[in-house]
Parts: sequence; C-alpha cells; structure tokens
Amino acid sequence: MNWEAFWLTVHLAGIVSTLLLAIGIPLAYWLTYSRWRWKFLVEAAVALPIVLPPTVLGFYVLLALGSRSPIGRWWESLTGHTLAFTFEGLVIGSLLYSLPFAVQPFAASFGAVDSSLLRASASLGHSPLQTFRRIVLPLSKAGLVTGFALSFAHTLGEFGVVLMVGGNIPGVTRTISIDIYDQVQTANYSSANQTAVVLLVISFVVLSIVYGLSRRPWAVGPWR
Amino acid sequence: MEVTTAATPQTSPQTISSELEVRIRKRFPNPEGSFNLNVHFRALAGFTILFGASGAGKTTLLDCIAGLTDPDDGRIAVGGEDLYDSEKKRNVAAWKRRIGYVQQDLALFPHLTAGENVAYGLRTFSAAERTARSREIFESFRIAHLRDRRPAQISGGERQRVALARALVTEPRALLLDEPLAALDRPTKSSLVSDLRRWNQLHRVPILFVTHNSEEVFALGDEVIVLDGGIIVAQGRPHEVMRVPRLETVANLSGFENIFNATVLALHEDRGTMTCQLGGGKVELETPLVRADVGSRLRVGVRAGDLLLATESPRGLSARNVLPGTIQRLEQRDVIVAAVVDCGGTEFEVHLTLAARDALQLGPGKSVWVVVKTHSCHLMGM
Repeated sequence: MNWEAFWLTVHLAGIVSTLLLAIGIPLAYWLTYSRWRWKFLVEAAVALPIVLPPTVLGFYVLLALGSRSPIGRWWESLTGHTLAFTFEGLVIGSLLYSLPFAVQPFAASFGAVDSSLLRASASLGHSPLQTFRRIVLPLSKAGLVTGFALSFAHTLGEFGVVLMVGGNIPGVTRTISIDIYDQVQTANYSSANQTAVVLLVISFVVLSIVYGLSRRPWAVGPWR
Repeated sequence: MEVTTAATPQTSPQTISSELEVRIRKRFPNPEGSFNLNVHFRALAGFTILFGASGAGKTTLLDCIAGLTDPDDGRIAVGGEDLYDSEKKRNVAAWKRRIGYVQQDLALFPHLTAGENVAYGLRTFSAAERTARSREIFESFRIAHLRDRRPAQISGGERQRVALARALVTEPRALLLDEPLAALDRPTKSSLVSDLRRWNQLHRVPILFVTHNSEEVFALGDEVIVLDGGIIVAQGRPHEVMRVPRLETVANLSGFENIFNATVLALHEDRGTMTCQLGGGKVELETPLVRADVGSRLRVGVRAGDLLLATESPRGLSARNVLPGTIQRLEQRDVIVAAVVDCGGTEFEVHLTLAARDALQLGPGKSVWVVVKTHSCHLMGM
C-alpha cells in the first residue's frame, strides 16, 4: 500500500470538491434561474466530462496549461514554472473533470425547491439573493452533500486526466489509480489489490451516503 | 432643569389610509386556452372580495399586484405610489413593494419554525423590534403555543393562522388573500374571520380577498368584484351584486339552478309586475317589473330551494304562479332531493327535503303543481 499516493489523492479530492462547492453553487444557481435562451449550450458544456473520454479532456487541458497557451504563459510569468505536470495543474484538470458531478445535483436540488416558497419570500421583502441564502440553500442540503460527495469520489478514482495532465511524479502527481496501474505493470498483484480494495471501500461508503440522503429529499433531518 | 424622557418604541399601528388602484391588461393561460385579463378598479381600505370561478383570472390578478408576474401594460398604485406603470416604464420589484400576500398553498417555509416563519418578513427591524412585533401578532392570532413547531407539525387551521400572521406582521400597504379560508371547518373559519376583522380595524389597508364561496362574500364583503374570463362583470355591495344578478355568470356562481330564456309579454306597471313567457314553451310567469319593453328578451333565474311542489291544485295561495307538470326524475343529493318537473316543455329543478318526498309519495310520472313566487324570479340581461 502506497500511503504517499493515498494521501496525495485524498488531498487532491478534498481540494477539488471544496473548490467545486464555491464554483458549482453560483453556476448551478445561474443554470436553475436564468432564462437566457442559449442556456442549454452551457448545460451541455458542463455535462461534457460525463461522456468525453478522460484522455480527450486531459489532452485539451494539457494544451491549455502548456507554455504555448495564453493561460500557461500567464501562469509561468506569475510563478516561474508551467502548470503541466504539477499538483496545481492536476487540480485544474480535476475541477473540469468532476464539474458535472457537483453542478448537476446542486442544480437539481435548487430547482426542486417549491417556487411558491420563493414567491412568499419575495413578498416578505427578501431579494432573490437573500431568498437563495435563507430558503433555497437550507432546503438543498441533501443536494449539496450529494454534489460534494460525488465530486470527491469521482476525483479519487480519476485516471486518464491525471495521466495526461500530471504524469506520474511520486509525491506530486502520482495518485492511487496511477499507483495501482504501476503495481499491475510490475506484476505486483497483492499490493495492487490492497490499494484497490481501499478505493473500492471508500467509493462504496461515499455512494451509500449519497443514496441514503436522497431517500429524504428534504434532509432537514438529524443534523439541523 | 431638563427632563429627559426615554423614547418608548411605538408599537401601536400607524393609521395610513391607503387605496389600491389597478388598471392592467395581461394575457394568461388557463385550462381552456388563453384569456385576456383586462381589469380596472379601485379598492379602498377594508375587504374587497374577488369572486369568480376558477380560471377567471383571480390569482393572475393578485400575482400582478404583488409583482410576481408582470402585466402586459397598465398601472398599479397603492397609497398614491406607482408600483407599476407601463407608460412611465416603472416596475417596482416584488420584494420592495410591501404588499402582503397569502397564497392559496400558504407556502410556509418547511425548514423554519412557526416563530421563524413569522419573523422572516421583519428582516429590516432590530432584534428587539422583531421580538416585540412577533409576540404581539402571535398573541392576537392565538398561536403563541405553536412558536417552536415546524409547519409539518401543526394542523391545517393553525397553518392558515401562521401564514396570515406572517403576512400581517410586516404591516403591508395592501393585503392579498387567495382563498385563505378554503378547506377550513366552519368554527375555525368564523374565528379566523373575526381575527382578520379586528386586525383590519387597527390597520386600515385595502384587503383583496379571493373566494368562490358565496357565503364568504356575504360574511366579509364591503365590496365585491365579480371576475369572469378575465374581465369584471359586476361590482358593488354584496347584496346588490349577489342577490339581484344582472348577469348569468353571477347567477351560475350564486346558485340559480333554474335559468330560462324569456320574452316579455305584458307590463303591469300598476302592480309592479310583468308577464314573461319562458323559452319556446307555453309557460308564463309573473315576475317583478324591470325596465324592459314588451317583446324584449331576457333571462329569469330561480333558486331550486325557492320553489314549492303540491300534489293537488293549490288554492288560496299568495303566490301568483302555479304551473301544472309531471315529475321526470328524482335525485337524492346528500339530504336534499332534487326533483326535475316538466311543465309544458319547460323543466324546473325543485329542491325538497327527504321527509317531503316521502310524505307526498313523490316519484317519476306523478302529476304535481310547481309554485313560483313573483319575487323569487330574478331577472338578468342577456
């Protein structure tokens, strides 16, 4: 069991799913309430990582982060090194890769809040943003937990994007799924199995939390 | 010597007399296609009833006033301030309008307690003021014991009280109530009505009260506006609009089971009556005199409960209309028996008690006489 790779992966997944809360909530808010006619294009773009092969996504992220792209050059002028094959680059790739797994549960739970509650809130003198904070967010707890857990679990298990963007640098970009691949390549099956079981158990626990919650769509339950 | 007096918070309500003026047009969808809401009215402080069948545009109208949907054009003003004016391109956001709105489904926030629900609209007040105001309203609506409970944990009638209290505590400039008494039993209803009345005596604001229950119209209304298909078809004091309807929609809504096309045959100005022929049949009715010419066509509405049935030709009656006929069928509806009687080609619906049916041994095919009082005939334009 490669603990270095394990903790690196948990660290990566924690950062990514937390950042996705911050990015995903405003994006999901916009997707839920905007009446822009071309909104469906944005929805499709957000959902792309679900269907795209991770290598394709990783390839374009790599190009975008490389020193020949404007983003890459800007980052290089700021920090002195490129984003490709670094932990930061891995975070950016994973953000894109797990975006739909956060945004879709968020948007679904925002949309499920009864619109007459929003109308009541407006007639009681609350602006749309105040209504969002005091009514929509608290009633969407289950969706927020689901989105957080799914994006965490999804990032834990990513392989293709990591390989393309991060490479395989121990302690920097070598995550558990890459480690398992390495073990298998060197016919070290028992070590691969140990790591695989850990990943399997964590993923199962996370999904159990998700499905346990969605039995009660208005989770105002035990922890209110 | 200087005397300083501590400023006491003024909790007594301000007495602003405001007026709601609405003149709007709006296309709105309804189950039978789409209608044009096109209304113009003023509502003074006190209760104004909005009466009409479902789909008449009542809720759309309230939504426009509350700012939850935009009219196509027109003007909405309360207490002289424009909330919406298509000419001046003015449209105040719903959350800045200070109009209380209790929706049909109440829309209590499920994750907040009754106390938090009521305090929700007091966002701009200090914590002390919030507490004082919500305590006051909780006591006057007799719901203090519900303060810490969630909406799911209280009864329907209590929820209705909490929803009303939540809207009233903000001291709105106008109040919109969308069937707030629907689905309440009679005692709960009347105690809620008296609480509302008491509140209204202290806070003189216009209250638009939507209902399609004619009983509530008489219990509450200072003024009633009848909406049908998006337009105002009648407006006035309840007894004027409801008891002597001039329009068939009102008649249907206010419970005339019998509505006939009629032609004026003769005017008896000395007696204050006239004779009308019903439909194409041979039946003639003596009705109250209205301003009409011989030969003009109008409609006559008669409540089924105002008719009498006799099994022998009655004599010595004050009623002017005694029509021979045959019972077509009897139908029991709860504790009422509806008898359909054919009088020379014109069918009357007559409501009887179960006891009357049994005592008179009524059944299909039996010969009877229908008795119609002159003043039970309500005349309507066509």
